[in-house]
Amino acid sequence: MGGLTGEAARRLRSNPAAVVAVVVLSAIVVLTWLGPWISPNNSQTLDWLHIAARPGMQSSHWFGTDRLGRDLFVRTLAGTRVSIAIGLAASVISLLVGVSYGAIAGYIGGRTDHLMMRLIEILSGLPLIFFVIFLTVIFGRGEYLLFFAIGAVGWLTMARIVRGQTLSIRQREFIEAAIASGAGTGRIIARHVVPNVIGPVIVFATLTVPQIILFESFLSFLGLGIQEPGASLGTLIAEGAAEMEAAPWILLVPGSFLALLLLCLNIFGDGLRDALDVKDG
Amino acid sequence: MAATLSVERLRVSFSHRTGSIEAVDRVSFEVARSECVGIVGESGSGKTQIFMAAMGLLGRNAQVSGSVRFEGNELLAADASTLNRVRGSKLTMIFQDPMTSLTPHLAIGTQLAEVAVAHLGMPWKDARSFAGRMLERVHVPEPQRRLNQYPHELSGGMRQRVMIAMSLLCEPSLVIADEPTTALDVTIQAQIIELLRAVRGEFGMALVLISHDLAVVAGLADRILVTYAGSVVENAIAEELFRQPRHPYTADLLKCMPNIGGARLARLPTLAGQPPRPGETLEACPFAPRCSRAADRCRIERPQLTGSAASQVACHFPLT
Amino acid sequence: MSTSRSVDRLSEVIRYFFTRLAGAIPTLLIIITATFFLMRAAPGGPFDQEQTLPPEIMANLQSAYGLDQPIWTQYGRYLNALLHGDFGPSFKYKDFTVTELIAQGFPVTLQLGVIAMALALSLGILLGTFAALHHNSAADYATMSLVVVGIAIPSFVVLPFLGLMFGVYLHWLPVAGWEAGSIRHLALPVIALALPPLAYIARLTRGSMLEVLSSHFIRTAFAKGLPLHTVIFRHALRPTLMPVASYLVPAVASIMTGSLVVESIAGLPGIGRYLVQGALNRDYTLVLGMVIIYSTLLIGMGLLVDLLYAWLDPRVRH
Repeated sequence: MGGLTGEAARRLRSNPAAVVAVVVLSAIVVLTWLGPWISPNNSQTLDWLHIAARPGMQSSHWFGTDRLGRDLFVRTLAGTRVSIAIGLAASVISLLVGVSYGAIAGYIGGRTDHLMMRLIEILSGLPLIFFVIFLTVIFGRGEYLLFFAIGAVGWLTMARIVRGQTLSIRQREFIEAAIASGAGTGRIIARHVVPNVIGPVIVFATLTVPQIILFESFLSFLGLGIQEPGASLGTLIAEGAAEMEAAPWILLVPGSFLALLLLCLNIFGDGLRDALDVKDG
Repeated sequence: MAATLSVERLRVSFSHRTGSIEAVDRVSFEVARSECVGIVGESGSGKTQIFMAAMGLLGRNAQVSGSVRFEGNELLAADASTLNRVRGSKLTMIFQDPMTSLTPHLAIGTQLAEVAVAHLGMPWKDARSFAGRMLERVHVPEPQRRLNQYPHELSGGMRQRVMIAMSLLCEPSLVIADEPTTALDVTIQAQIIELLRAVRGEFGMALVLISHDLAVVAGLADRILVTYAGSVVENAIAEELFRQPRHPYTADLLKCMPNIGGARLARLPTLAGQPPRPGETLEACPFAPRCSRAADRCRIERPQLTGSAASQVACHFPLT
Repeated sequence: MSTSRSVDRLSEVIRYFFTRLAGAIPTLLIIITATFFLMRAAPGGPFDQEQTLPPEIMANLQSAYGLDQPIWTQYGRYLNALLHGDFGPSFKYKDFTVTELIAQGFPVTLQLGVIAMALALSLGILLGTFAALHHNSAADYATMSLVVVGIAIPSFVVLPFLGLMFGVYLHWLPVAGWEAGSIRHLALPVIALALPPLAYIARLTRGSMLEVLSSHFIRTAFAKGLPLHTVIFRHALRPTLMPVASYLVPAVASIMTGSLVVESIAGLPGIGRYLVQGALNRDYTLVLGMVIIYSTLLIGMGLLVDLLYAWLDPRVRH
């Protein structure tokens, strides 16, 4: 693993697109957390003097304001924070669920594996949004629903990949040695299988984050996700779309942030995949 | 009489991130009209790359220099349309593995007929019947039924017959057969060799037979070229070569041919050592490390191919 | 082509199709049943959001919509109605039946989706082939960079940007709204919808073609002296498209999902909004109707893809 990381890091460094992506990502993260300290405004204040003001340096509203006079700079940064936070949190959940599911299926094999994979196949076939909308009908809107739905996004692919890797690792001698020495199944999975699967998992985790952020934005855009007065990039874009002709910046600012965020995450994920030379499970 | 194929100082190298690899190193030889030439050598000796270069089938990372003339026309510098006029019609090639060399989603009839359509300008219907007749000539049973089948529905031997038929459609002057029997069962191998012999008798074209196995080449070749590490080390009339091999490598190869009628051996003779990896160009005889006759001169000076039309050898101390 | 051969192939394919169809119908039935029962089982009902009504009126409403019957009866009646093409009344849009709403909106959504899919497929395959043929050239890198952008950025971000650029600033195309049969109104939504699958298909095609071009049978095709376009179209294309065929159903799902937002932003009167609104209003029949429509489309697409596989690779048919 150690040698792998060194070689991989070198390859990643020599990939200009990935490097730029990481830099931009870091810049966004830094800005998101420090930004509110720089600006004199906050996201809740309604500035009646500057309703739907254009972006500019003269007023304190650098990115302009929205229809209610709220500062767009701070609001966008807050929204980005929410989106990133949800992305990371849900990714971790997906990761845990996916890795466990895949490792168990791959390790136990046989009928159990077959059944577990069938379940994944069926779930993969359904467009998730319909499932979420459906749940909304039953349970009404809410943020817990959102978390659940989002967590459901990433784990499928992760489970598949991990299961594939587990299957191949399982054949190797050190697993047989561990079994022979009487180690329990759970222990073997945790101590032997999981560490060897880390590589592809990291790559796909990196690619899952933008998927989740996208899905959350999508739901929030439709009104099924984050509710007022909370804001995520999705809700901001929805607001912006409504004001598109009159005050385009209300859309452009959060839209650009989301596009940039997703783009960089994808480029970085691709670069990571090339560097670690991982194939699809 | 002009040679059908004339290769002069052909050099093929492949560029890689880490450097370049030389697969064919200044090879020169000729194939006369209707002659059958056997090319024998180990994997990596360059025997296939020579003809891949001639046919223009090498990838973009290949650098080719030298000259390859087919019926007087230079092939290496030819543009795409000139090359396409010649290959598949007058200059054809049969590949090693018939399973992967035929397009899986097209019917056999289509793959055969398209040659006649492209080169002879036949309409499709005529081309298909033409193909059917050719299948008969290569002894494929139930040719009409085969025309509608897909490659995966045919056996290995039959697929190779189809490939042979494909190469004969336009009455070529030269057919290159690259290890045509290697991927087949032993019994089928003999059938295919017989087929090649019969076909040569009927069509009278020149034939280049590439193989790592001298036995395959023995029955058919008028002349034999032995390749080693990207160069030709011996080029002689077949009887001469078998009767009196001049290059130590050739002699060793002959020793390795198990002889059914001969004395029982305790162990099969093998050649000691490994051939040099492609890319290790030396100013020395490439065979020196494995040669029992090697002397100092062999390690500092590369031998050139010398001799008469009947027999040439590249060795400082040939056996005769 | 001899007649007996065509007849053989056709009957083979038909037999294959009906096998697949037989598998698809139960799936659809399961989806309908599961949806139906889950919705009925959920807490709350379609009239909860109305102002509190006196109990007699509530009871009347329930009975008028058949909600007071035992659940199995309701299910049976629903299935029966379905077979007659009746999706039931909308609980929210009181003047319309779900069937009417679908009839109004479906053509729009269908147009949007089909054109987007066709665009994504044709341009995606073209771009991917182009990039593969110019492997490692500047054109290749440029194309692939665009592809990354297309894959990363979702339709609902692209559309407003496109609208801004082409609608507001350049005034070339209308930003929103709909006129029956108007291409101009569809242009931006279709492009925004098609972009992500287009990019993905381009990437798939490129990778697949590069692999196919290095296979032995392509080498044989070149050795036969066939011109480049023949080698690509007759020999290389079908194997190249296998991974693309596998992607078709997810592509349709992606376009369906995207259409929900695109219709909303662009003000297109399709059925997408019914799904979202129906969910927010807890309009059972409407949501159920939508689920059925979308599921049928997906399953139908799956069937088509199976047929496509059979055509692309003859080995599958046996």
